[in-house]
Amino acid sequence: MPKITFIEFDGTAHEVDVPAGGSVMEAAVSNNVPGIDADCGGACACATCHVFVNEAWMDKVGERGDMEQSMLDFAENVRTTSRLSCQIVLTDELDGLVVDMPEAQH
Amino acid sequence: MSQAAAIDQQRVTDTHDADAWRDPWSLPLESLDPARAILFKENVHEEYFRRLRQEDPVHYTADSEFGAYWSITKYNDIVAVDSNHKVFSSHKNIVVGDAPDEFYSPMFIAQDPPIHDVQRRAAQPAVAPTQLADLEALIRQRVCTILDDLPVGEEFNWVDRVSIELTTQMLATLFDFPFEDRHLLPYWSDVATATPSTGRSDVTFEERNKVLQECLNYFAQLWHQRKNEPRKFDFISLLAHDPETKDMLDNPMEFLGNLILLIVGGNDTTRNSISGGVIQLNRAPEQWEKLKANPELVPNMVSEIIRYQTPLAHMRRTALEDIEFQGKQIKKGDRVVMWYISGNRDEEVIEEADKFKIDRENARRHVSFGFGIHRCMGNRVAEMQLRILWEEILNRFDAVEVVGEPERVLSNFVLGYTHLPVILHAK
Ligand code: HEM
Ligand code: FES
Repeated sequence: MPKITFIEFDGTAHEVDVPAGGSVMEAAVSNNVPGIDADCGGACACATCHVFVNEAWMDKVGERGDMEQSMLDFAENVRTTSRLSCQIVLTDELDGLVVDMPEAQH
Repeated sequence: MSQAAAIDQQRVTDTHDADAWRDPWSLPLESLDPARAILFKENVHEEYFRRLRQEDPVHYTADSEFGAYWSITKYNDIVAVDSNHKVFSSHKNIVVGDAPDEFYSPMFIAQDPPIHDVQRRAAQPAVAPTQLADLEALIRQRVCTILDDLPVGEEFNWVDRVSIELTTQMLATLFDFPFEDRHLLPYWSDVATATPSTGRSDVTFEERNKVLQECLNYFAQLWHQRKNEPRKFDFISLLAHDPETKDMLDNPMEFLGNLILLIVGGNDTTRNSISGGVIQLNRAPEQWEKLKANPELVPNMVSEIIRYQTPLAHMRRTALEDIEFQGKQIKKGDRVVMWYISGNRDEEVIEEADKFKIDRENARRHVSFGFGIHRCMGNRVAEMQLRILWEEILNRFDAVEVVGEPERVLSNFVLGYTHLPVILHAK
């Protein structure tokens, strides 16, 4: 069961344990972590699940996909660490992952 | 009935039993043509889509007044088409009918990357979340003024006094448009959308051209003025200062097209969600009672209103290559229509989809804003306007009572109302 920490824009941290296999977005939504809207339910088609991956984890989470890149092109305050959390699949290797959340999802 | 509606009805009644078109279950499946504007005006479209979702979710209509087209009717199929812009192109028509050449003006909603991307990015900061936070107080103040001016206990048309007035004021703000001239905006929007390609054509081509030329001239002036001032966060200033769009005025049709997009995009859609909410809450009085008892449900209800209304019935794409989709062979060049109004009633994704429920779980999971790179740019503005409106209605009134049948727009694209008689009851 990988553990993930979501840090809200105001600094509030939420630690959740979730089974491997799902996405980081699902981990947030199923544990009622606020701030991830996920309007498209994980289809990489809305960009309302935007997170910033903690630098230390950048290598492990993999690369943005093509469509993910296209959607991020229209998100606000995108950084090099930006990802759509529905596109990060949880593996045991990601146990301890930390992600920050933007001020608002657009 | 308008002339176009009369002709269409005539055409339909000529070919079937007088009222057969009202009941799609009585027609041969392959003949179903859900793009006829009259179906939406008469509010009989729902059964067409119910049958298609059940029996032929990816449906081909070989012969229609708009030419042949595919209908995509299920939620997940719509998401798949909408987010596959490499195969399903937005260039250069996004409604079922092709715009005649003389009506064509390029706009980024009807472009593919890279043109779409640079133009959207230039305009987008006007409606970014941080920008909206600054606008909230202003909008609330205007909502309050509009509501406080309304007569209590006396019939009036909600569409004119509230839906149109509020969206117009919002648009004026997003353009930083001279406030006293704001009524030009919905006027231009109405003329711009009166094209035969959506089944709505009550303005002649000459009239339309003349009016849109006036619109262009007006905005050209604003453009020159904004260009010489420091960059601000209104649409015109943003476009005039962005390196990618600063020469847009040199291509007046493209400038006009994008103006139309920004005016129309925010106009009919939000307007009809405002009217639609009143209608839905009157049809389901227990939901109105629930709302009064639980005002914190407003944001969730706003999403439900937008789902239920589906202000834009469809968006259309054009296939750039042959592709097999859900067992059907879509050919290069085919028109592919995503019926959002149908996706929003898909029981496989949305439980009890025909019901209006203000406390619906996952209310944000609807297709009214589309998906993918063209997903509505103004969705947060629209939601904010509706949220503030309903918060302030709850502060003032015991009920907004609908006292007559609403009149619907004749269009297969804009789903909405021209007339909604109501009486307000004081708290
Ligand atoms: C309830 C209100 C609204 C609804 C239902 C709505 C619906 C839509 C839909 C269905 C699309 C196309 C999505 C797609 O092709 O996947 C769209 C695009 C767009 N909307 Fe809205 N809209 C609303 C309000 C607004 C407002 C208030 C504005 C601006 C002030 C706006 C501006 C736009 C723009 C500029 C686009 C083009 C985006 C692009 O092509 O990248 N909309 N909208
Ligand atoms: S949930 Fe829509 S893009 Fe991730």
